[in-house]
Amino acid sequence: MTYRLEMNDMTKKYGDFLANDGVSIKLKKGEVLAIVGENGAGKTTLMRMLYGLEQPTSGEIFLNGKSVHFTGPEDGIEHGIGMVHQHFMLFPDFTVAENIVIGREPKSYGFFNRKAASEAVQKLVEQYRISVNPARKAGDCSVGEQQRIEILKVLYQGADIIILDEPTAVLTPAEVDELLNTVRFLASQGKSIILITHKLREVMKVADQITVLRNGRVTGQVKKAETTADELAQLMVGRELQELSERDQLEGAPLLEVKEITIGINSSKPVLDNVSLMVNRGEILGIAGVSGNGQSELIQAISGLKKVDAGSILLDSKDVTGTTVAFRRNAGISHIPEDRYLWGAAKEGSIVDNGLMGYYKQKKFNRNSVLLKNAFRSKVSGWISRFEIKAASMDDQAGNLSGGNLQKLIVARELGFETDFLIAAEPTRGVDIGAMEYIHEALLAKRNNGDGILLVSSELSEIMALSDRIAVMYEGKIAGLLDRKDATEEKLSVLMAGGKENEASKNTAAIV
Amino acid sequence: MDLFDYSLFISAIRMVSPILLAALGGALCARVGIFNVGLEGLILAGAFSAIVGNHYSGSVFVAVLSGAAGAVLVSLLFGIVTIKFKANAIVAGIAVNFLVLGLTTFLLRALFDVKGAYYDKNMEGLPKWDIPLIEHIPVIGKLISGHSPLVYIAFLAAILLYVYLYRTVAGFRLLAVGKNLSASKSMGLKVTAIQYGAVLMSGVLCGLAGAQLSLGQVTMFTEGMTAGRGFIALVAMMLGQSHPIGILGSSMLFGLMDALSVRLQGFSVPTQFTAMLPYLITIIAMFFLKDKGSDSQLSGQQSTR
Repeated sequence: MTYRLEMNDMTKKYGDFLANDGVSIKLKKGEVLAIVGENGAGKTTLMRMLYGLEQPTSGEIFLNGKSVHFTGPEDGIEHGIGMVHQHFMLFPDFTVAENIVIGREPKSYGFFNRKAASEAVQKLVEQYRISVNPARKAGDCSVGEQQRIEILKVLYQGADIIILDEPTAVLTPAEVDELLNTVRFLASQGKSIILITHKLREVMKVADQITVLRNGRVTGQVKKAETTADELAQLMVGRELQELSERDQLEGAPLLEVKEITIGINSSKPVLDNVSLMVNRGEILGIAGVSGNGQSELIQAISGLKKVDAGSILLDSKDVTGTTVAFRRNAGISHIPEDRYLWGAAKEGSIVDNGLMGYYKQKKFNRNSVLLKNAFRSKVSGWISRFEIKAASMDDQAGNLSGGNLQKLIVARELGFETDFLIAAEPTRGVDIGAMEYIHEALLAKRNNGDGILLVSSELSEIMALSDRIAVMYEGKIAGLLDRKDATEEKLSVLMAGGKENEASKNTAAIV
Repeated sequence: MDLFDYSLFISAIRMVSPILLAALGGALCARVGIFNVGLEGLILAGAFSAIVGNHYSGSVFVAVLSGAAGAVLVSLLFGIVTIKFKANAIVAGIAVNFLVLGLTTFLLRALFDVKGAYYDKNMEGLPKWDIPLIEHIPVIGKLISGHSPLVYIAFLAAILLYVYLYRTVAGFRLLAVGKNLSASKSMGLKVTAIQYGAVLMSGVLCGLAGAQLSLGQVTMFTEGMTAGRGFIALVAMMLGQSHPIGILGSSMLFGLMDALSVRLQGFSVPTQFTAMLPYLITIIAMFFLKDKGSDSQLSGQQSTR
């Protein structure tokens, strides 16, 4: 049989840089192809060439056996190729239905037939079992819902080949599962799916075929049935993954004590409800939970970004409740924020300036309020080489860094404060495996050094790999506290879904 | 003489039309994400071209057409600078205003050999249309009937623009471009063509506004005769939140203020003071609408995360 899609020997050069070097892929009807690789491996370039956003330097694309040549995204759409972008392309003020039909609106005499649009969307919703409310405004929809709108959009355009670019980066675990089910269902309906990702667990769940890219080259093309996540990881990184270092047994004194803090005391459902926890020296306390269950507020309360209505926060037995962020940072709290663009960095600023944040007050780096930038540049260049931050220059805008590299910069900055206590919120969101290994290792080293870390993550695997104890948050409360040796995925999932610790785990929703 | 009387409202309706036409033009631009500060210059170009057309052809119809054409040419320049060369729209708009002010003054001298103003008693102004049936209705009849065709066109334009934006596919796409440019591109919309279309159409509307100014009341052109109406239109557009019906309301308010300020001069209130009225009202109105400007699409593109 002929393949629905063949890309033969695709090469793309940017100047001297080979973004894609002789990459070939094949895709059949009803098949899910995963393209995995680290940031900068060339996944996106390959897809941009397929979608017509980028012209290949050499190579050929065949659709159903016929050679095609695309000059723009219209051509891709025309030939039944639909792309779900990593950053959603939505109109928040328009309804879901309007968002889906735009460009191919049902009309009579030039007038937009919104009723027909709604019906068409409703039909797609039923046909592909993707639930959205066509009448709702897209801006009011949850992230998961917005992604479903994007998928319906390409289905409405009649796409047979659907490209999903890092689709799970922004989703909660439950939403991820739902998405993976949708992907399988679409494949069963005869659609061909290309999944671009670096999350191997998802790949192992839905893919039929897997192509691994590294530095623009194909390093492996395997069937899912014939491989393992470990093998894929090796192909991606190009070396064997290391086990995390030994954990020293430390009996540390209490470092951070959070005592019965509440935020939103007057509402019927406080975002933080009487939360108490303790982080000892030489310990990583993990906070697990589906995002939106009070983790953000907890972090902000501890770092001083949000006021608490009741309760107290003690650092090293000193009460810091009600003090400013700067005071707490001086007292020894550093903070890797969960949203790197909102809290962690100034996109417009240079890499040096972003690194300088929080250091400028230190004597080493200013003389009578004049910044000593040169002293600082050597520090930042040290981070760049240690964390392998891929940047054109230190004076480049931070916003030009890829998400993973910016995250590494922020991690380096916050670790550089060498405080006793660190809040690490989603420290590896959007970073590739190599960098993730490095960050995990750095966190563990900090722990072994006798410092305390509060780790908040929506990745259960990360929590389980690093934490000494794990607290699960559910609806603003601590739903349970488990010791490292007692924590299993099942137990945590039950707690995350609001169940009790001793409840049978088998029949609850699998949030993994 | 009373402060408020019948003829005040009649002159208000006449004053409304240039503001309304220009504000609708500005709204079109705003809806595709371009803040057109050059309305003042576009109106002035329209007013001048209309007089030129009138002078050379002797036909009012040709005069109105040439008024529109003159403003369209200037708006094309504005479009090329902002869309093709991606210049800052505010800077380009201000440049347009000064460019047209200088150019019309220069051409006034070059073509008609006069300074300050050009007037020819043989030139025919816009006709007054008496609308059958309606003109005989007491009170309303005189208010509605007996205006120049451009006054009616202005009100019609507001309604047509409303239908266009919120009922047609083309209008929907135009709105989409202003709301999220990159998403529109990704859906294969012809973003550039839509933006040019909006800018050129704003030229047409501003040209008509200019023609009403120079041909509507007295048939003459004076240097800088727009006297800030383009800016009032800009404010009317923002006050109306780039919504045609909202603009209709805000333009009527400003037309009334315009007429009122003329009237107040009859009460020996200094002209300098009365001329402040529309702006004063604007500041007060902005106060009440401070949080509602988001829909005008000028607060920047939506970020996608």
